[in-house]
Amino acid sequence: MSELDNRWSLPAGTSRASAGRRLRTVSLKRLKVRENMLAYAFLAPSLLLFGVFMFYPLLRSVYLSLYSTDPAGRVASFVGLQNFTALFSSGLFLDGIRVTALFALLTVPAGMLLALVLAALTHNLLRGKRLFQFAFSLPMVLSVGSAAVIWKFLFHPSLGMLNSGLELAGLVPVPWLTNPKWALLSVSLMTVWMNLGFNYIVISSGMQGIPDDMYESAKIDGAGPVAMFRQITIPLLSPTLFFVLVVSIISAFQSFGQINILTQGGPMDSTNVFVYSIYREAFVNFRFGTGSAQALLLFVVIMLLTLVQFKWVERKVHYQ
Amino acid sequence: MKKHIARQAAVYLILIAAAVFALYPVVYSFFLSVMKPEEASAFPPSIVPHSFNPANFIDVFGIVPIAAFIGNTFLVSGIVMIGQLITASLAAYAFAKMDFKGKGFIFSLFVASMMVPWEVTMIPNYLTVRSLNWLDTYQGLTVPFLATAFGTFLLRQFFLQLPKELYEAARMDGCGHIRYFLLHVLPLSRPAIGTLAVYSFLNTYNSYLWPLLITNSEMMRTVQIGISMLEFQESTSWNLVFAGITLVILPSLLLLIFGLKQLVRGMSAGALKG
Repeated sequence: MSELDNRWSLPAGTSRASAGRRLRTVSLKRLKVRENMLAYAFLAPSLLLFGVFMFYPLLRSVYLSLYSTDPAGRVASFVGLQNFTALFSSGLFLDGIRVTALFALLTVPAGMLLALVLAALTHNLLRGKRLFQFAFSLPMVLSVGSAAVIWKFLFHPSLGMLNSGLELAGLVPVPWLTNPKWALLSVSLMTVWMNLGFNYIVISSGMQGIPDDMYESAKIDGAGPVAMFRQITIPLLSPTLFFVLVVSIISAFQSFGQINILTQGGPMDSTNVFVYSIYREAFVNFRFGTGSAQALLLFVVIMLLTLVQFKWVERKVHYQ
Repeated sequence: MKKHIARQAAVYLILIAAAVFALYPVVYSFFLSVMKPEEASAFPPSIVPHSFNPANFIDVFGIVPIAAFIGNTFLVSGIVMIGQLITASLAAYAFAKMDFKGKGFIFSLFVASMMVPWEVTMIPNYLTVRSLNWLDTYQGLTVPFLATAFGTFLLRQFFLQLPKELYEAARMDGCGHIRYFLLHVLPLSRPAIGTLAVYSFLNTYNSYLWPLLITNSEMMRTVQIGISMLEFQESTSWNLVFAGITLVILPSLLLLIFGLKQLVRGMSAGALKG
């Protein structure tokens, strides 16, 4: 726009040019104001919604975390940092973090490795590629609600397929969800299955981005499939793997649905992950103050984890 | 050559085993959904159905208002999807193609809000929705999710890729921002808009915690909550539960069959931001 104006003004005479310039700056200014107004109008719906349902709640969380509340959610009295100190002294925070970290350790590496191996194996498949792609992406479209109910039946102590399969193989049935030693492992197994779809889709579309001539020239140099996987696929895929790592860890720290349906935090709090204990604190015990304090701590933990990953892990990522 | 064949065979064996792991829970739900009640709760459980009882699909409508669940979920997901497409494309256009004061600051606000886990805003949002008397309403289920920072970011990246010459040519023809946005940018961005549409629809369709918090009456429940409620009723038989599950996962299965391409493209776009 402004370039056009300049071009028009060039051939004009000097006296007329100065008048024109004044006129032009006025109209330019008016255009600028109009563009500003229009831009704000375009942004208004998003900004309004974010203001009411994102930025205001964020501040209100901080406010609530400093108060105790009555069961109706009304603020009762200012307690300062007592909500936070209570979380630490009662062990609610540390237990939640411990269970959630264990859950992340059980689900993230296993889930990524499985998806990586499957994506690598289907990448150069000649027959049945689409069929396997469909199978491995399938868990992605199942919601956590239906997936967890399906697995609850698979885990059923007597009617479930898993125990009946073990018995057919002559093994002892496993108390999948009823034993504190097994419950988190079972929930993790279900979560690995549930996340397979997303991990597989992202990793295999990352693999499609690696140029074929890389592999061809490596083949000419006599590299075998394992060497090619380690020397070419992994380094070139590392940005995608890093993305999956960050997203998986965040989502592990935010899991709720499968816990609520499969174990409800039990047995003996062995699956009481962080978001589940926020839910219990705020919406079962109606302590919105401590619930908000917990939610803010979750925010801090996720922030720190993400920062650490960007600071330390991303060094190993190879960007082209 | 022999070694090559053996390797191929090993690859297929691993893949088939993994495919069984991936598919089995879904296939088994389909099996259970057509079993007679006696067979569904028999011990030992049968691996493939020996009875065929399609009446399950009709009976399940008798126990819970599953038609209402599905209708609610589609309505809510549809409203959120359309709302997000409108708010995100408008905001993305402003960020990509317009100059205004505070652009950098407002954009960084958007990006920062992607870092905030949704759980942090959950309690105050619940209190807000309750004080607006929006519990158990469609407004309560949809309005808090009508704007999306992720979607704005996705569309902005796409709008930025549109050639500059196009904008200049449109300007020469006297095209203002609004007309340029509606007649040029939106039609050219169909792939990105399609990706966001599938992504936001699926996200809402699958959401669990928020509808659990704010719906109380059975008629307002979404599918995900309704299904898990089915399971908590001890008296109901598993074949009906799974008939319900089958009805619920069929739409998303169809979405996968027809939308896999869009989804893959969207995911790789998401990967770029990492």
